[in-house]
Formats: sequence, C-alpha cells, structure tokens
Amino acid sequence: MNAPVTSHKLIKGATGDWETVIGMEIHAQVVSNSKLFSGASTAFGGEPNSHVSLVDAAMPGMLPVINEECVRQAVRTGLGLNARINLRSVFDRKNYFYPDLPQGYQISQYKSPIVGEGEVVVELDGGRSVTIGIERLHLEQDAGKLLHDQSPTMSYVDLNRSGVALMEIVSKPDIRDAEQAKAYVTKLRSILRYLGTCDGDMEKGNLRADVNVSVRRPGGPLGTRCEIKNMNSINFIGQAIEYEARRQIEILEDGGSIDQETRLFDPGKGETRSMRSKEEAHDYRYFPDPDLLPLEFSQALVDELKTELPELPDQKKARFIADLALSPYDAGVLVAERESAEFYEAVLARLADRARDGKLTANWVINELFGRLNKEGRDITGSPVSSEQLAAIIDLIGEGTISGKIAKDLFEIVWQEGGDPRALVEARGMKQVTDLGAIEKVVDDIVAANPDKVAQAKAKPQMIGWFVGQVMKSSGGKANPQAVNDLLKSKLGL
Amino acid sequence: MTDLTSLTIAEAREGLASKSFTARELTDAHLAAIEAARVLNAYVLETPGRAREMAKAADEQIGRGAGGPLAGIPLGIKDLFATRDIRTTACSKILGNFVPPYESTVTSQLWRDGAILLGKLNNDEFAMGSSNETSCFGPVVNPWRREGSNTHLVPGGSSGGSASAVAALLCMGATATDTGGSIRQPAAFTATVGVKPTYGRCSRWGIVAFASSLDQAGPIARTVRDSAILMRSMAGHDPKDTTSVDIGVPDYEAAIGKSVKGMKIGIPKEYRLDGMPAEIEKLWSEGAAWLKAAGAELVEVSLPHTKYALPAYYIVAPAEASSNLARYDGVRYGLRVPGRSIGEMYEDTRAEGFGDEVRRRVMIGTYVLSAGYYDAYYLRAQKVRTLIKKDFEDCFAKGVNAILTPATPSAAFGVGEKGGADPVEMYLNDIFTVTVNMAGLPGIAVPAGKDAQGLPLGLQLIGRAFDEETLFSLGEVIEQAAGRFTPPRWW
Repeated sequence: MNAPVTSHKLIKGATGDWETVIGMEIHAQVVSNSKLFSGASTAFGGEPNSHVSLVDAAMPGMLPVINEECVRQAVRTGLGLNARINLRSVFDRKNYFYPDLPQGYQISQYKSPIVGEGEVVVELDGGRSVTIGIERLHLEQDAGKLLHDQSPTMSYVDLNRSGVALMEIVSKPDIRDAEQAKAYVTKLRSILRYLGTCDGDMEKGNLRADVNVSVRRPGGPLGTRCEIKNMNSINFIGQAIEYEARRQIEILEDGGSIDQETRLFDPGKGETRSMRSKEEAHDYRYFPDPDLLPLEFSQALVDELKTELPELPDQKKARFIADLALSPYDAGVLVAERESAEFYEAVLARLADRARDGKLTANWVINELFGRLNKEGRDITGSPVSSEQLAAIIDLIGEGTISGKIAKDLFEIVWQEGGDPRALVEARGMKQVTDLGAIEKVVDDIVAANPDKVAQAKAKPQMIGWFVGQVMKSSGGKANPQAVNDLLKSKLGL
Repeated sequence: MTDLTSLTIAEAREGLASKSFTARELTDAHLAAIEAARVLNAYVLETPGRAREMAKAADEQIGRGAGGPLAGIPLGIKDLFATRDIRTTACSKILGNFVPPYESTVTSQLWRDGAILLGKLNNDEFAMGSSNETSCFGPVVNPWRREGSNTHLVPGGSSGGSASAVAALLCMGATATDTGGSIRQPAAFTATVGVKPTYGRCSRWGIVAFASSLDQAGPIARTVRDSAILMRSMAGHDPKDTTSVDIGVPDYEAAIGKSVKGMKIGIPKEYRLDGMPAEIEKLWSEGAAWLKAAGAELVEVSLPHTKYALPAYYIVAPAEASSNLARYDGVRYGLRVPGRSIGEMYEDTRAEGFGDEVRRRVMIGTYVLSAGYYDAYYLRAQKVRTLIKKDFEDCFAKGVNAILTPATPSAAFGVGEKGGADPVEMYLNDIFTVTVNMAGLPGIAVPAGKDAQGLPLGLQLIGRAFDEETLFSLGEVIEQAAGRFTPPRWW
C-alpha cells in the first residue's frame, strides 16, 4: 500500500514530525453524447429540464439501458491508467432520498467495478516523481441540481445533469502531501483529456474530487481520516489538505482524537468545516440493480480499444526526450496539456527544414509563446500566434534570414498585428546582414574606436562579448552573430 | 346479440371476420356489461370514449381486410400498465391522478394488433397482495360465490380486477402481472386461465415496477387458446428492457391441440403439504390422470428447496420493492403532502400515499438491505434462489417436460377473512406459485374443478424456460377434460 520512497513534505508539529496520508476519489464526467442509461443529451447549459428523458425523471415503469459509448470510455480510461479491465462488472443501486435524485437511488458499481487496479506516475518539481496506485474505476450516474434562487419559498430541481455518466476513479492512499495531491489531479486530468474521455473542465464541475486526509507519525499506523467533499479546483485541493492536516495534528497533539466525518472546504476562509459525522452517514443499502444484467464484454473489444488509444503524456514525453533530444523538464512542460503538445508538434510538422530542430522549437514554444500567454492569462487555444506563424519564424532563424534577437521582435509584431512572418521581414527590412564586407566595416570601425578595450580583450578573451554587443547594436541587430564572432576573433587575434 | 360478451376471443375473431357483428357492437356489449357490474369493482377507470374510437378503427381495418390478430377484441388492462393519456395509478393513492405520456410496450403491442381498451383494471396496490384488498380503490369482488351464500369473496390478487373482469364477461381477456403468483392465483380463484411467461418473455417497460427480477406480464383469459392468442401479441424482445430476451415469438396458438403423448410430467413430492385440503389433493390426482390418459408419462420429482421459496421470496421481493418505490417521493408527480422540510415532505407524502401492506414491504425491504443485515437476509435469499433454480434445472435435465402442481392451497376466501391479524396467512396463498418466479420459469393456471362449496380450483403447470408452448398443449388437455366454468350471474 505504501508509495515508493520519494521525498515528501513532513509537517513539523510541537511533538515531532507528522506525515499526511491522502487518498482521492475523482468524479470525472464521461464525454458522450447521451446519458449513461438514457438517450437524453448531455449538452451543458440547456434550459433547466430540457435534457430529461422519462428514464431520467424516474417515471413509473421506466428502465435503464446502458450506453455502450460510456462503457468504451471507461475501458479507454482504464487502459490509460494501466489498469486491469474487468470483462464482467455489476451495476448496483445506491439508495438514498434527495430531490436531485429522481429514482431514489443512484445506479453505480459497488462490489464489481468495470476497472480494477492500476497506477499513475506523477511528476514533481526537481525531476522527482511518485507512483500513485489506482484502486478502481467505476461508472455511475450523476445527480440533478437544486436551484435555490428561483423562489423565496421553494427550491427547484433541474434534471439536465441527472443520469449523466461519471467515472469515479479511486486512488490508493499513496499520496503524502499537498504537492503530490495537486500533481496527481493534474496528471489524471491530463490523461483523461488526452484520452478524450473527460474534458477535465473543473469550473463546470466536470471533474471534481473528494479528498480523504489523515495524519500519522512517519511510517506509523494509519490515522482516522476525514473526507473533504466536492473539490473543483486544484489549488483549493492543496489548500484544503494543508489546512486539514494541520487541524488534525493540532487535535492529536492536544491529546484529542479525530472523528471520522465528511467536511467541506470554504475557499473564502481557507478552512474545512464539518458537514456530517460518521453517525449521520447514510446507509446506502447497496444491492445489484435488478433492471440491469451484469455488464459483460469481450477481451477483443478491449484489445480493439487499446490499439485505437492515442499517445498518452508519458509516452509522448519519452518520445520527445529520445527522438527530439528535449530535456525531461521541457518535454514535461510540453506534454502537460494535450493542446500544448499538439501545438508543439504542429509547429514541428510545419517547419520547412526536414531535420527539424526540436530543441529550438521547444524553446520558442515554452519560453516565448507560453511565457507570453501566461503573462496575459491566456491558454494555448487562445494563442494569437498560430503554429504556422511560429513555424515560419523558426524557419527564418534556421535559414539565417533573421537573428534570434530579431526573431523576438518579429514574434512581438506577429502577436500584436498578425500577418505572414516572412512577408513582415521583407516589408520591414528585418533581414539579417550576412554580407561579410558590410559587417567587416562595422567591426573595423568599432575596433579602431576602442583601443583600450582591444587591449583588455587580449588579456581576457571573454571581452569579445562586449565587441559583439557593439557590432549588433550598430547593425540594428541584423548582423549575423556567427559572422560577427568569427570576424572579431580574427581582428582581435584571439 | 346479448351474449356477445360470452364469446371467447377465438370465437369473436371469427364472428368479426365473417361480419356477423362489428367491433363496435362487441365493444358496446362489453361497455354495457361493465356498467352493470360495477358492484364487482373490477374496473378503476372505464374508457368508453377511447374504446369506441378504437372499435371504429378496428372495424375499418377489418373492412379493408387489414385487421391485426386482435382486431376488434375488447380487453381490460391492469392499472399497473402505463397507458398513454389515460390515468395509471397502480391502485395507489401516491400516484394520484398520474397520466403517463407514454404507453407500456406490452399494451402498445396489443393496440398494434388491433385490440380495444375498455378500461383500467383494479389490482392490489403496486401489485402487493393476494386478495386485491390492498387497492386504494377498495377490494374487487369475485363473481363466484359459495353455493347458497351471498358473502363477497375475493378474486385473489394482485391481478384481481383482471381475473374478476374476465370471469364476469366484462372483457374478453386482460393483461395482468405476476411477481409471486399474481396471475395464476386469481386465475385459479375465478376459473380463468392465467399465464405467467418466462422472465424476459414480455417487456417490463412501462409497467409500474414491484420487484424487477420477478415481475412478468402475462394474460388472463377464459380459455387456454385465448391466453395463447394474447400471449403472441404481448411477448417479444424490447431493446428498452435489457432483461427482455431476444428470441422469436412462436405461434403459441399452434401448440393448442398438439399431442402430449410421451411427455414426461413431474409431480413434485414437496408440494404435497401437510394439512392440504383433500379436495386439492383430489384435483391434483385428477389432473395427473387426465394428462396420463392423453399419453403423458407421470414421474415423481423432487424440488428439495421448495420450502425455502416463500421466505426467500418475502426477502427478495420487498428488497427490490423498497428501492423501486423510492421514486414516489412527491417531488415530480403524484401525491405531494407538503412539510416544513424536504424530509418532512417525504415522510408525509409516503405515509399518506402508501397503504399498510406497501409500507410493510418497504420497511421489510429496507431492513433486509441495511448494513449488517444484508448478508444474513438478502444475500442468503439470493443463494436460496439459486438453489431453487437448480432444483428445476435438475428436474428438467432428467427429461421432464413440465411439472404439475395445484395452483393454490385453497379456493377463494371471503373479503376481510384473511391476513387481518397475520400477514403471513395471506402470503401463504403464493406457496405453489412463488418458486416459478424465483426460477424465472413459465407457469400456467388452468381451471380444473370445484370445491365442495362450488368454488373453482385450478391446477398449475410449470414449464422449461421459454417453452410456454408445452404449457398451452398440456393446459388444453386439462381444460378439455375438466370443462369450462362460468359463474352464475348475480350482479
């Protein structure tokens, strides 16, 4: 059950060190056109109760019929988590009363889930990584939504979400601190998005987590856990874990004990507070849903889905390192989001130079483009510079038409104004000067004007940098830096 | 034309085809009979307008020679079947005036084939009961009375309205449902034929659920042939019910009159109960003798787990019911009794909306599924169920074609006579029928004789899964030997 040894944060208490033990249940809404057991649409944002079938409203005599695409999505996800796929699983009823639950029970999978044990490798800062075990993944129905703001005396029910398919992905209690927890959710979300099985939109609640937190002496027996429900932000998950661990440590160090309970995180106050205790917990009276036969499919289906699986972040990262000579860090940054990796590969594919420079391209995508996007709080899908434009800029550098420095100016122009980079270079005279005669003249002028520096350079060859700077400056950045360097070396006799 | 209601479906089919009478005349005769028989309380909703419209359409189709297999045949529909734009209540206050915007698969197939809806038939609330006394519309009265007595007797349940209406000539046939005996027991109490098909033979879509793994729709009719005719229209695979089975529907009627020579009929020794009335015993031997005379071979068989069937049934069925009935919460449709909180609204609504028997079963079901009791009750009952199923499989594996048993341990009893003090007294009515539901097998109840007080008694035949045809063949042999029984009209 223990995670492989990796460095994780211990918390210093008054009586010594404490270790946090975290397990997570992630609810991921399945990407599918219709609901798990009905033909109603899953589109977000329709008028209340506009995507509701007779089955979703639990009319008398209605029966669920499994949506096969949701099953395929769960299998794809299981494969993406390197997990065991169960060719036979069972749907159970989880019974409780709530107005957003029309049937009076949620159809879920209790004893026999569709996906069994798997694992996810999670990257941490500083090149560290940790493997988090997956306990299981099961399919279940989402509930509807209560609207409390429509009437002063009544609550309304919107059943559009009622019956939409969710995957509940349960981790083993392998997570040891807030950083790992955040990295785990980030990685899982990335895998789901690569697979196309969940859009990962946490703001819409399409990906949300219940976080189980307990503390113990490092390596000691597990403590009593509290469950923090319904977290829909990765940062809040981190804050909630840190708060909750400290709260538990304080209680234990004061000689108290932890009550097993369900808690909610209040982002405004940065605190968790009790929602219900174990005694108040529901008895869900799970039993196999007699309206549904056990879910069975063949290994052939699993094999087929496996061959159709897209390249996942770990594989892509390994390929970027091996084939494109990227650093693990750069490769990690590029594959973190499916769209980033796709953008990077699109730029590469558009480069004229067939012996593409993956590293240079990575630098441009990460430092210039992502840097600029971050500064403006935009994401890659809203980038004003297209992969085609960026590829053209990199081509212009590669063929020596512009220098790296000019390229940055060009990038800025394209970002602000748009346009074809090649045409812009022509129109604005940004071409690099490779005419050795012209450069030599500038070099000669500068050498002649600075005899003191020439003397210094002879003693300290690094001084050549100052000369390069001067030449570039007076050429307006357009001189070819390599040519400048070579010329200076010979003129200065270095 | 006054005796149109006494025709069988097969006879009416001929009369309609030969234009001896119209569907409209046949329908009107039934509507008049229903009106004259309100004391029986068999119908909870009469739909004369809809009936005449459908009759008109049927006459047109028959006129064009395009009538379906049930063209112009007036039927009653148990109020458990959702009927589009027509109130459907399961005879529970909690559904109030619920009008479904959909039609159950089984009834839509009947209308597809040209049948006519006369109205909705009374039943025990949510099909929970064996006497039709738990209905929120009050008890149904059996058209049969003890000789020399005016005491109102129950027609059995839960399909009491269906059985009573068919026996009293208030429809030519009726739909019914059977979870533990709800078709076969009332059929036996009213001298009608009731068929509980193999689980999965008829779609459950649009039928108010009681216990999903046991519920099955089937017909009640006055003859074996009529029940076979109805079965053909009611059966069939439905993609909307994943427990319905995708195998072809045979021409059940073709099984009528087929020789039963050489068939092996099992007589299960465990069904010979202590204290079983002599007349039931006698009926059973008579039935066996008739089948033997028709060329069947009788063999004693053992179904060793029979005695556990009823207790196990009264765990499984309430467990499923407690969950199936959770949707009646006052939020979306049906009765709502307001409260100061949502919890109070649930409690008030369900306390007011459900009758005693339904509440009892919801509570039993909730109990047997709750943490700490699940293994001892529900899981154990499911294991028993597997053993019961295996008993039958072993028996059929030895070449037995069908099993003959009594349908009920007694004839019809008086309204208010049973179950008042001890509900188990009522539950014992299902002693011969529940095993069939637990095993998912087909069963048929056929009238076979009368008791000393002149009340009808029935025999049950249990068949192999999806072999309803053999039951029709054998059932007709009993019917031929025993004759038909019609209650004297007193209402």
